[in-house]
Amino acid sequence: MSECNHGSNNSRRMTDKLLTVRDLQVRFGEGEGAVRAVDGVSFAIDRGETLALLGESGCGKSMTALALLRLLPQPVGHIAGGQVLLEGQDLLALPEMRMRQVRGGRIAMIFQEPMTSLNPVMTVGRQIGEVLAAHKGLKGRAARARSVELLGLVGIPDAGRRVDEYPHQLSGGMKQRVMIAMALAGEPDLLIADEPTTALDVTIQAQVLELMRDIQRETGMAMLLITHDLGVVAGMADRVAVMYAGQLVEQASRADFFTEPRHPYSRKLFAALPDMDKRDRPLTVIPGTVPTLDQSFHACRFADRCASAWRTCHEVEPAWLEEADGRGVRCHLYDPAHPNPPAAGSEAEPDRLAARSAAPRDLLEVSRLKVHFPIHKGLFKRTVGHVYAVDDVDIHIPTGRTLALVGESGCGKTTVGKAILQLLRPTAGSVRFDGDELTRLRGEALRRRRREFQIIFQDPFSSMNPRMQVGDIIEEGMVAQGLVPDAGARRQRVEELLEQVGLRPEHARRYPHEFSGGQRQRICVARALAVEPRLIICDEPTSALDVSVQAQILNLLKRLQLELDLAYLFITHNISVVAYLADRVAVMYLGRIVEEGPVDRVLTDPQHPYTRALLSAVPRIDTDTGREVIRLEGDIPSPSNPPTGCHFHPRCPQAMERCRQAYPDRFERGSEHWARCWLLE
Amino acid sequence: MLAELTRRLLSTAIVVLGVVVLVFLLIHLIPRDPVDVMLGESASAADREALRQNLGLDRPLGVQLGEYLGGLARGELGHSLHHRRPIVELLAERIPATLELALAALAFTLVLALPLGLLAAVRRNTGWDRGAMAFSLLGVSIPNFWLGPLLILLFSVWLGWLPVSGRESPGALILPALTLGMSLAAVLSRMVRSSVLEVLGEDFIRSAYARGLSTRQVLTRHALPNALLPVITVLGLQLGTLLAGAVITEVVFGWPGLGSLTIEAIQSRDYPLVQVCVLLISLSYVLVNMLTDLLYAWIDPRIRLGESDAG
Ligand SMILES: Nc1ncnc2c1ncn2[C@@H]1O[C@H](COP(=O)(O)OP(=O)(O)OP(=O)(O)O)[C@@H](O)[C@H]1O
Ligand code: SF4
Ligand code: SF4
Ligand SMILES: [Mg+2]
Repeated sequence: MSECNHGSNNSRRMTDKLLTVRDLQVRFGEGEGAVRAVDGVSFAIDRGETLALLGESGCGKSMTALALLRLLPQPVGHIAGGQVLLEGQDLLALPEMRMRQVRGGRIAMIFQEPMTSLNPVMTVGRQIGEVLAAHKGLKGRAARARSVELLGLVGIPDAGRRVDEYPHQLSGGMKQRVMIAMALAGEPDLLIADEPTTALDVTIQAQVLELMRDIQRETGMAMLLITHDLGVVAGMADRVAVMYAGQLVEQASRADFFTEPRHPYSRKLFAALPDMDKRDRPLTVIPGTVPTLDQSFHACRFADRCASAWRTCHEVEPAWLEEADGRGVRCHLYDPAHPNPPAAGSEAEPDRLAARSAAPRDLLEVSRLKVHFPIHKGLFKRTVGHVYAVDDVDIHIPTGRTLALVGESGCGKTTVGKAILQLLRPTAGSVRFDGDELTRLRGEALRRRRREFQIIFQDPFSSMNPRMQVGDIIEEGMVAQGLVPDAGARRQRVEELLEQVGLRPEHARRYPHEFSGGQRQRICVARALAVEPRLIICDEPTSALDVSVQAQILNLLKRLQLELDLAYLFITHNISVVAYLADRVAVMYLGRIVEEGPVDRVLTDPQHPYTRALLSAVPRIDTDTGREVIRLEGDIPSPSNPPTGCHFHPRCPQAMERCRQAYPDRFERGSEHWARCWLLE
Repeated sequence: MLAELTRRLLSTAIVVLGVVVLVFLLIHLIPRDPVDVMLGESASAADREALRQNLGLDRPLGVQLGEYLGGLARGELGHSLHHRRPIVELLAERIPATLELALAALAFTLVLALPLGLLAAVRRNTGWDRGAMAFSLLGVSIPNFWLGPLLILLFSVWLGWLPVSGRESPGALILPALTLGMSLAAVLSRMVRSSVLEVLGEDFIRSAYARGLSTRQVLTRHALPNALLPVITVLGLQLGTLLAGAVITEVVFGWPGLGSLTIEAIQSRDYPLVQVCVLLISLSYVLVNMLTDLLYAWIDPRIRLGESDAG
C-alpha cells in the first residue's frame, strides 16, 4: 500500500478505505516482560465489505478488535503504537469525548457471549435506548418506538412485549439478536463482531448469520468478523486475514484463500479439519503449541511447528510480502530474497489406519430409557410437572465401535450419558452392559462395575482437582478400584499412560494449570484409560479446543480405539467430528432419537427433516455448491412442555395436520437406518 | 414470587413465635427465684407474695404462657416495676428516639460508604483506594464505646460545637449517629468496593462502553445497580449489629431510646420491662432481615419475574 504524507486533503482522498489499521501494537504490562498481544498488525476494510479475522485462541484477535475502539482491559492493556484511521481520522489521537461518539455510533461491536453481555437488571428496550440517546438524540416515546422497530428488524417476534423484558427472559439466540439490534441502533459504518455465534446452536447460528448478511446488504455496513470457524468464514467473508501469535500471516480474498491458502499455518488449518474423506487415516496435526508472546522474536514465529521450515526460518523474521491485488503473506517461502528454500520437507501422507474386525456383538444395550426431572413449584414444593429430558431412547454400541449422539443444546444428550453411567438413576428403561442390567446394581457392586465405563467431559479443567498432581489424578481411579496394588508398579503404569496419550512421564509431577487445554484433555483421557475401561462416554470432548488441538485429540481417541478395542458414545454437536470418527449416528431432538443409522447414510442421505435442517445449517467450507440452508424458525421448545404430536412440528417446514396429533412411528429406510417422521410412512 | 412472599411471611411468623416463647421463658431461666432477684433478699414475705401473684409466677407454666401470649395479642405489655408505669407508655416515648437515631445512622452510613466504596473501586490501587480502605479498616476496628467519648471530647468539650448528651437540640443527633454508623459504613464501603470491582469485570460493562456511554453513565446505570444487589443482603444482616450498637451508643450519649431503656431495666432488675425490650430488639432484627430479602427480590428482575420463559 503506498504511503501518503502530503497533507490531510490529499490523504483523505487516498484513503477511500473506511478503516485503515497500520502497524497496531498492543501490550500488556511494561518493559521486558510485557506481553505483545498484537504486534504490528495492518489491514484495511472497504465500505460494505466483510473482513474475517481468523486464528487460534490467544493469537490476539479480540485484542485487535478492542484496540480499535480503545476498550482494552484496564489498567494493564495499552496501545503501544500504530494508527487506526477511520476515513482518514486517527482514532488513537482522538480525545475520549470524541471517541465516545465513535463507539456505538460509527463503529459498533458485538461480543461472543450474548448471555453475559447484557445488563441483567435493565430491560432490553432501555439498553437499546441508551444507544439511541447517545447517538441519535432519541429519548422517551420516540426511543421506545424505534427500539421496538429495531427488535422487529432483527426478527424478534412480539417485539412490543419483548422490549420491556429483561435479558434472562430471552433465549441465547434472542439475546444475540438484541445485541445486533443494539449495534444497528447507532447506524454504524462498521460492525465488529467477535465470535458472534460461537456460543449458539448451529440452527440458531444459521439464523443469526443470515440476519447479519441481510442487514449488511440493506445498510451497506462494513464488518470485521472475528472467528475461528473456517465454515463461518466461507459463508460470510469477502476477504480473510489469518492471525498467528500476534501478527497477520496471510491476507487474501475469500476465493483465493479457499482455493489456494499460502501460509503453511493456513494450510495446516485446512488439513486439520476432520471430515468424512479422512476417516481411514489420522488427521494432520500441527505439532507443538503457539509460542508465548512475552518475548521478542528473531525468527519465524511458526518455525518450531512448520514442516517447511529451514535454517533461514530460524534465523530471520519473515517480512510481510504483499502483491498488487492486496494478497499478502508472511513467509520466507514466498520471498524472492531467499531464492533457494530446500525442497519442502515433503509431508508424507499419514499412514492409513488398520482395518477393523467385522461386526462384533453389542457391549452396551440401552432400551426405552427415560429420565424425567420433576418440576417443583409453590409453597409446599408440589410437583407440578416434569422435564422430559430423555424420553424413550434406544441405543446399541458394539465393542470397539463409536456411536455419535448429536443434537442441539438442551435436547438431552448429556443426560443420556449420565443415565447410562448410573450417575443419574433413570426413571424407566434398561441399561445392559455386557449382558448385565446396570439399573439394578447398587452400592459396591455398581462401584466395582464402574471401571468398565468411563466419561470424559467438555471442560477438562473443571473436571480436575487443581491442587492434585497429574500423576495422582490419573492414579486415583486405580487406587479406588484396587487395580495394581503395588505403588511402584502403579507409578510405572501412570508413566505408560502418559506416554500413551502423548505426554511425557515427568508430567506426572505437575499440576493441571501448567498444561494447555489440549494437554488437559489428554490427561482426562489418561485418567479414563487408567482403569482399563471398555466403554468411554465422550461428552463434547473437543468443543472447547481449537481445530489443530481437536485434531490431536481425535487422532488419539481413534488410535486408542484400535489398540484397546474401546467402544465410544460420542456426544457432540459438531457434524464434521461425527463424520470423521463415528460408525453410527443417532440424532436427538427434545429427549428422543429422531433418526439413527450408519454415519455415511445419515450424513449423505438424511431422512428426518430435523436432521436435514441440522446438516444444512452447519457452515461448510465448500462455498460454491450453492447449498441451500434450510431455515428453522424459532427456538428449541422447552422439554417440560413438548409440542403435541411430533415434537418438531412447530419448526418443521414439512409439517402436516397429522404431525400435530401423533408422535410418528419408527420407519426403516434401508438396513439399520430409521427415522421417526410421518413423511416416511 | 407470590408463593415466595407467602413462604417468607410464614417462616418469619414462626421465627417471631419462637422468639416470643424464648423471651417468656427468660424469666424462668434465672437460676435463683426471680422474685428474690427483683426485690432483693430483704423484702418482706408479703411483698414477695404480692409480686409473685402480680407476675403470675404461682400458676403452672402452660397457663402463664397462654396468658402471656394472650396479653401480647391484646397489646397488653404489662407494667414496669421500676418506673411504675404501663410499659406501652414508656415505649411510646422511647421508640421514636431510637428510630430517629437508627435512621440517621443508616443515612450517614449510606452517604459515606457508597461513594467511598465506588471511588476506591474505580480508582483501584491508587492513593484514593488505599486511603479509603485505611479509613475503613480504622472504622471497623474502633469500638463504639471508645469512638463515642472521643467524639464528645473533640466536638463537645474542646470545640464546643455540639451538645455532650441528651436529645434536646437538633444538633444532638449528629454525634450519636456518627458513632453508631461508623463501623457499618466501614464494612459497607469494603463490600461496595469489592462488589463494584467484580461487576466492572463483567462483559456487559464492556458492551456498555462499546455503546459510547461515558464512564459516569456506565457506573451509575450499569455498575452500581448490579453491585448493590449483594450489598443489600449484607446491609440487612449488618443492621442487626447496628441495633446492638444502638444500646451502647445510647448509653454513652445519654440518648433516651430503647437501648438505654433496656440497660436501665436490666440495672434495676425490672424483668417485665427487660422482657419487652429484648422482644422488641429481636423482632426488629427479624423484620429487617425479611424486609431486605423482599427488597432484594423486588429489585432483581431475575427473582421478581422468575426464570426464563424464553421461547
Ligand atoms: N488481561 C490480560 N493480561 C495479560 N495478557 C492478556 C490479557 N488479556 C489477554 N492477554 C493476552 O493477549 C493475547 C491475545 O488475547 P486475545 O484475547 O486477543 O486472543 P484471541 O485471539 O481473541 O483468542 P480467543 O480465540 O480465545 O478469543 C493472549 O496471549 C492473552 O494471553
Ligand atoms: S517462514 Fe519458514 S517457518 Fe515460517 S511459515 Fe514460512 S516456511 Fe514455515
Ligand atoms: S413428522 Fe411431520 S412435523 Fe415431524 S418431522 Fe416429520 S414432517 Fe416434520
Ligand atoms: Mg477472543
